[in-house]
Parts: sequence; structure tokens; C-alpha cells
Amino acid sequence: MSGFNKVVASYQEAMAGLEDGMTVIAGGFGLCGIPENLISEIKHKGTQNLTVVSNNCGVDDFGLGILLSDRQIKKIVASYVGENAEFERQMMSEELKVELTPQGTLAEKMRAGGAGIPAFYTATGYGTPVGEGKEVRTFSGRNYILEESIRGDFAIVKAWKADTYGNLVYRKTARNFNPMAATAGKITVVEVEEIVQPGELDPDQIHTPGIYVDRLIQSSFEKRIEQRTVRTVPNDNGE
Amino acid sequence: MALTREQMAQRVAQELQDGYYVNLGIGIPTLVANFVPEDIEVMLQSENGLLGMGQFPTEDEIDADLINAGKQTVTMATGASVFSSAESFAMIRGGHVDLTVLGAFEVDVHGNIASYMIPGKLIKGMGGAMDLVAGADNIIVTMTHASKHGDSKLLANCTLPLTGKNCIKKILTDLAYLEIIDGKFQLLEYAPGVTIEQIKMLTEGELVISDNVKEMSF
Repeated sequence: MSGFNKVVASYQEAMAGLEDGMTVIAGGFGLCGIPENLISEIKHKGTQNLTVVSNNCGVDDFGLGILLSDRQIKKIVASYVGENAEFERQMMSEELKVELTPQGTLAEKMRAGGAGIPAFYTATGYGTPVGEGKEVRTFSGRNYILEESIRGDFAIVKAWKADTYGNLVYRKTARNFNPMAATAGKITVVEVEEIVQPGELDPDQIHTPGIYVDRLIQSSFEKRIEQRTVRTVPNDNGE
Repeated sequence: MALTREQMAQRVAQELQDGYYVNLGIGIPTLVANFVPEDIEVMLQSENGLLGMGQFPTEDEIDADLINAGKQTVTMATGASVFSSAESFAMIRGGHVDLTVLGAFEVDVHGNIASYMIPGKLIKGMGGAMDLVAGADNIIVTMTHASKHGDSKLLANCTLPLTGKNCIKKILTDLAYLEIIDGKFQLLEYAPGVTIEQIKMLTEGELVISDNVKEMSF
């Protein structure tokens, strides 16, 4: 037994301690690299009044969208919420609070939160509705707004591979918000496609060091594609 | 004749230079990738975390873990790199991207842009657009010159919530190529078959006709 072994035996154990009213930071961009089974566990658990921080909110029947139908989310901090009919309905009827946050600012809020930086200045959003009510400072003649960082009670993350110590490797653009989310949870829960023994991952190739990870579980994934786009290749007849 | 979407993309592609790192927004900007001149190399940045975006995959190549900022399945070009969204926006905010092309609902003579929200009608969110317009020096906005009802989108003052303030300098519409200089739209090029009078009528913000104005060529 190692004190660094982060592997848990069940999804119930993975999300133990999640309570009504908590803040959950989720990795993923669109439906790519989302912790789909951890989200299903939250649905199954029925936790209410959650604040969710995620770039998007899934689609009606997949990803974070499945938490909308039972009204488990009271507030979402996101950069883009299109392509989700139930989301739009709840937002328009003000059942759901939405804090639209520029994508880069959202990534930096998570990164800063995990890195112990309480706030940062950015030019993004100055002079727009995003900047309203926020402190403005001028550096070298340019205006910047003060944005506060974010931490979550839980962070839910999808990685490709891990060792049992919680060292993580992501795959292609499924990395997206996951590395920042992993740093910003009081409890960070990660689901992966494969868990290997410590020493099997090349230390030079680890994207998220295990220090950020509290719980780890291996599973299989549907990996639904939102915009399946293909090119046609000419056949032998050049058609 | 107003330009087609493809012609607009084709005109924007003339602004590409060898060695440029380029971010293309959703819609017409995406089409620019189809018109990169053969004698130059550009690398496409996709803000979810990919530099060196390739063409769309074949059926066999589809990979759910590899998408662009429009959530479309893509491939990676030779020499591509992948990274986190924080790293991606460090590139964007830090001014490392050479050219950004994106769409808009409105642009005004002050260089303000509105592109992410129509109150009461359309609230999808800004995605990366606010970071892109704040971080880039070299931005080309592509949009139709006027709405379907004939309302100008080149205004004295934007009416919709802003995506960015004082950040736009170049605009390519279906009728014209313009630059914003000293708080005025400068008409540099008009689309073939379009008259300067037509452009004047459909431009609400102050319009100055450049001394060197010419017909757009492809």
C-alpha cells in the first residue's frame, strides 16, 4: 500500500462528499475530453443547486446537459452555451443563472485559482458587459480589468492515462481545460482510460503531476462527437 | 455583385504571409483555409488547444479527441502541437498570433466590435472572441455589409453589447474592403460590379473614399 495511491474502487466513492450547493469545476471543450462518467454519477446522486464552472454545458442528453433536466445546476460559469435547447430555455426564464466568461479568462481563472493567485488583470472584456463593475487599471497606456480566480469544492477531470499516483497524460485536444481544472479543486477527481503502475509513464511526458489529484478511477467512454465533419477522398477513378 | 462567401474568404487569404500563425473564427473565416496561396506556409491555431490544424479527417481518420474550436473533427498538420486552453490563450493574449479573422454583427468607426449577443434573441456566449480581439494587433472582420433588411452593419456607434473596444482596423464585407483610420471608414477596395454609391448608401458610419480606391481583384 502506498499513501500516494489515488485509485478508488467505485464512482460512488469517487464523488463521495459532493453536497448540495457546492461548486464543481469541470474539464472539457464541447463534448471533447469531458468527464462523462463522473457527470453521470452526479446525475445519479441527485445533488442539487450546484454551481458549475465549465467552458460549455454539454448538449441536451449528454455531458453536463444531463444535469439540467433535473434542475441540478443553479448557476453556470461558461464561455459558450449554444446548441443546447433546455439550457437556453432555463436561461431565458431565469431558472438558471449564467455568468458568461471569455474563454481565455475562464482558463486563466482556473489556472490562477489552482496556483494561489486570487486575481489578475486582463485586457479581455474591457469596455464590454464583461468588464462592468470590475476594477480597471492602466498599464503602459492600456486598460485592463481585474478578474478574480476560481476554486471549486470539486474538480472533475478526464485524462487519457494515469499511473496510480495520479500523474496524468492527456490525449490530443481532449486536454483543453482539464489541466487547469485539475489544479483548482479542493477535491480533484480524475477518470481515465487506462491506469498503469508508477514508473511506467515517462516523467518528461507527464502533463499533470499527481500532487493535484485526490481520486482516480478507470472507465470506458462513449466520446460522443458534436460536429462530425469529414472530407471525401477521391476514389481510384478520381471521383 | 456582392461577393460570395468563398470570394470573401479568397480576398482575406491575400492578406496571409509566409510563416504566419493564424486564428480563423467560425463561418466565413474558416473558409480562408481553402485559399492559402500554394507558395506560402501558414499554421492555423485553434483556440481549444491546437497549433497546426490540418484538413477534415476521412471517415477512417475521425478521432473524437481531436476537434477544432468549432467542435468539428479535424486532423493535425505536420509539425502540429497540442496544449491546454490556458496555454492557447497565453498565445492569443500575449500577441503571438499574427492574424485573427473573425465574424461580427456590427463594427463602428471607433473600432468597436459586437459579435456575441443579441439581447432577448440570441445568447450563445463569446467563446474566445473577446480574448482574440483584445490580444491581436492584426484582425480582419468578415461580415455582410448590411443586414437582410438593408440595415448597415458599419455604424457610427455599435448598438449591440460589445465584444471589444477600439480594437478593429480592417473589415472585409461582401461589398468592400475597408480600414478604420482616424475614426472613419476608409474605402480601399470595392467588389467587382458594386458601385461606390451603393457602398456609401449602406455605410452608416462616416465613410471616406481612399485616393487609391480600386476594384478588388482575385
